[in-house]
Amino acid sequence: MLEFMQQIVNGLSLGAIYALIALGYTMVYGIIKLINFAHGDIMMVGAFVGFFSVTMLGVNIFVALLAAMAFCALLGVAIEKVAYKPLRQSTRIAALITAIGVSLFLEYVMVYFFTPNQRVFPAETFSLHNYHIAGLVISNKDMFVFGSAIILMIILQYIIKRTRTGKAMRAVSIDQEAAVLMGISVDKTISITFAIGSALAAAAGVLIGIYYNTINPLMGIIPGLKAFVAAVLGGIGIIPGAMVGGFVMGMLETMVSGYGSSLYRDAVAFGVLILILLIKPSGLFGKNTGEKV
Amino acid sequence: MLTINEIDVYYGAIHALKKMSLAVEEGTIVTLIGANGAGKTTTLKTISGILRPKNGTVVYKGKDISKTAPEKIVSLGISQVPEGRRVFQTMSVMENLEMGAYLRKDKKEIAADMENVFVRFPRLKERRKQMAGTLSGGEQQMLAIGRALMARPELLLMDEPSMGLAPLLVKEIFEIIKDINARGTTILLVEQNANMALSIADQAFVIETGEIVLKGSAQQLMKSEEVKKAYLGG
Ligand SMILES: Nc1ncnc2c1ncn2[C@@H]1O[C@H](COP(=O)(O)OP(=O)(O)O)[C@@H](O)[C@H]1O
Ligand SMILES: [Mg+2]
Repeated sequence: MLEFMQQIVNGLSLGAIYALIALGYTMVYGIIKLINFAHGDIMMVGAFVGFFSVTMLGVNIFVALLAAMAFCALLGVAIEKVAYKPLRQSTRIAALITAIGVSLFLEYVMVYFFTPNQRVFPAETFSLHNYHIAGLVISNKDMFVFGSAIILMIILQYIIKRTRTGKAMRAVSIDQEAAVLMGISVDKTISITFAIGSALAAAAGVLIGIYYNTINPLMGIIPGLKAFVAAVLGGIGIIPGAMVGGFVMGMLETMVSGYGSSLYRDAVAFGVLILILLIKPSGLFGKNTGEKV
Repeated sequence: MLTINEIDVYYGAIHALKKMSLAVEEGTIVTLIGANGAGKTTTLKTISGILRPKNGTVVYKGKDISKTAPEKIVSLGISQVPEGRRVFQTMSVMENLEMGAYLRKDKKEIAADMENVFVRFPRLKERRKQMAGTLSGGEQQMLAIGRALMARPELLLMDEPSMGLAPLLVKEIFEIIKDINARGTTILLVEQNANMALSIADQAFVIETGEIVLKGSAQQLMKSEEVKKAYLGG
């Protein structure tokens, strides 16, 4: 039982990271019906910005987190303006292929400038300390990762539920034309959505750097795909769904690694995707609309 | 207040409005009637800036707004109650009303206007925390009207507000339109229900396949044989 609880604790931080990434997928999908396949790579860029903020500028991890978020918010807006906006009236498949192009672009630009080698997050960023609580081992690293992710999700929830901007985002995702008739600028709202989604991904990137200790230019691919599965699992376009989906994927992964073999942990993620698509393509929280994603 | 001068509007190759002209005088109710597919919705979407005319102008208070951004058009005082209500289904009644006031900054006045909407539509007040999608068709229409009023429009465009409603509700909606007008808002009312529309309008235009085929005072048109035959059921 204790062992099981320990796996849950381990899964929480990873799940929180997946949830942060999944939120960006789902928000962007909700507003422009695009699976932004470059999202995992934005996360990777965030990890690098965080890494260099710590190693070269010598700032603490909080400042590094904020710097990565700010940088990627701008990057996300720029990607949307340059790559996706011109395709807004064209077919979805064209936009999807463009997203894959953007993804490869980010990966190999980073490989070109920073080599494909692993970089190790400096140990002094986080002097690891384990706490023993009720028989469970919880590290300060886990607490930081989980805590930061939860705080960001609470802030996001507040923005979306309570603020004028958040309500406009919801209005545009529900009915774009009706939103325009209210005087809401669709372009501006889409930019804000990309900014917020990319900032969350950047935070996830820094947190994943802390979690695994290493970063590299291709680190966004697998977590990006898993977060995508998480978003689909929760029902793409549905914000609480992405959070729940992220935690489920994180837990599942640590359970599989803990009880089975870590060799299978990636395969399980895609097994989940196949299962959802077969059983309930609209996801746990989705209504069946018959729309093909 | 508003004049549309010989506009041509296309959907790709489809020529939906053909040198179409129309005028709305301040303070009046003007109705645009016509059969399904005649081009009524296209006209309102063009005024709101969602569609752009290929030729011609849309002049509002002396200014050509045919290239103006839709959000700017709202801030100039033109709001629309769109066809099929188009309330934000998964947002609450209050949030829908807040969206109507999206461009306004005067928080106190907005709160007062929301209260006015609730006085006008008590059923919305009871359901103010409910999702708009859970309301009945009539309530959703009231919400769509309330939402448009939250922008404090000077010109209100209404696209078939009686569509799909029971006769008693239709009467209620038309009473509300008259009242909104009596309080100083100019109205351009699009309808297939020509009888009701003509009974409350000052001026009327009849549109057929993208062209205005008849215009005049609502009373004149009500007596016109052509209108009787085509739109008033004999
Ligand atoms: N999105 C669209 N794409 C192509 N044609 C359209 C579109 N919307 C309307 N039309 C066509 O334009 C004409 C006018 O439509 P509309 O303005 O909706 O008519 P009404 O509101 O009077 O029923 C119709 O022939 C209709 O088929
Ligand atoms: Mg219509």
